[in-house]
Amino acid sequence: MSKFNKKKSGDLPAVNTASLPDIVFMLLFFFMVATVMRQNTLKIANNLPFADQVEKLDKKDLVMYIYAGQPSQNYKQYGTEARIQLNDDFASVKDIAAFIAQERASKREELIPFLTTALKVDGDANMGLIGDIKQELRKVNALKLNYTTKKGSVFGRD
Amino acid sequence: MAKRAAPEVNAGSMADIAFLLLIFFLVTTTIETDSGINRKLPPMEDSDEDVIIKQKNIFTVLLNGKDQLLVEDNIMELKDLREAAREFLDNGGDGSCNYCQGKKDPSSSDNPDKAIISLKNERETSYKTYIAVQNELVAAYNELRDVRAEAEYGMPFTEMEANYKDVNWPGNKVKLKEKIDQIKVDYPQKLSEVQ
Repeated sequence: MSKFNKKKSGDLPAVNTASLPDIVFMLLFFFMVATVMRQNTLKIANNLPFADQVEKLDKKDLVMYIYAGQPSQNYKQYGTEARIQLNDDFASVKDIAAFIAQERASKREELIPFLTTALKVDGDANMGLIGDIKQELRKVNALKLNYTTKKGSVFGRD
Repeated sequence: MAKRAAPEVNAGSMADIAFLLLIFFLVTTTIETDSGINRKLPPMEDSDEDVIIKQKNIFTVLLNGKDQLLVEDNIMELKDLREAAREFLDNGGDGSCNYCQGKKDPSSSDNPDKAIISLKNERETSYKTYIAVQNELVAAYNELRDVRAEAEYGMPFTEMEANYKDVNWPGNKVKLKEKIDQIKVDYPQKLSEVQ
């Protein structure tokens, strides 16, 4: 009679999870390819504005990043006015010249004319700060500028 | 001696390991935005000689602290800016520009080479609006260049530039560069910012 006993169990058969690692690896590879390691920890809100006439920044190692925006939740003591962030810390407009000099010193000499400054500025910052940054960049002759934006229409999105 | 089959490796924890790696990458990486509007700042040298530019060759765009737009002394909505800038640049008032399709209005710009767009903003202007205005002005130039390149070389200007940057593009890049430069001469981007 043991022949019949086998079929008796009413539990559902276990779901086969043999392909689960493959699925997760697929996701893993997608993220490894599509993303980059975080360079700076942002202490500011950095919600970039939208634009559609954008050009790609091609040489990653020839870009100097200047961030600006309102200090984020954890740094409320710095006020609500938009501030500049260089590398990992808040900075004032005066520090930009030193920052550019330092970035230039870390690059090979023949590449210095190709250095671009990328401004990653929060959409709600005001132009006074940007004007100051631009003036400072002109003083140190870093004239190539890129306003980093997200890709999208300038209308209707806030 | 009898051959013993190698015992199968238990792969049950493979998924856990993969999840661990996945979560690590999710946390430590970001999807980078690396595109934007390229601009060139004017050099610092202050020349004393005044360049005389006729008023009709200047297209003034003012952006006030409340993000309102004043174009050529008229209040304008952002959505109309592109068309207005295009009309101004493509006017060809003195007839020297044989490819311009504008109205040839003598009270507007002489030719694309002389036409200058002047953008002035206040300290209180928001960055978002500033970028939107910059974007619209660049778009006006790009549209004109597209039309010109399409008529001359059968390919829009933006596509030519994309091809030039594309490493895998099979065509002749030297020739393409010449074409791009020619279009840039036809419609030079003269966008000045007042501080």
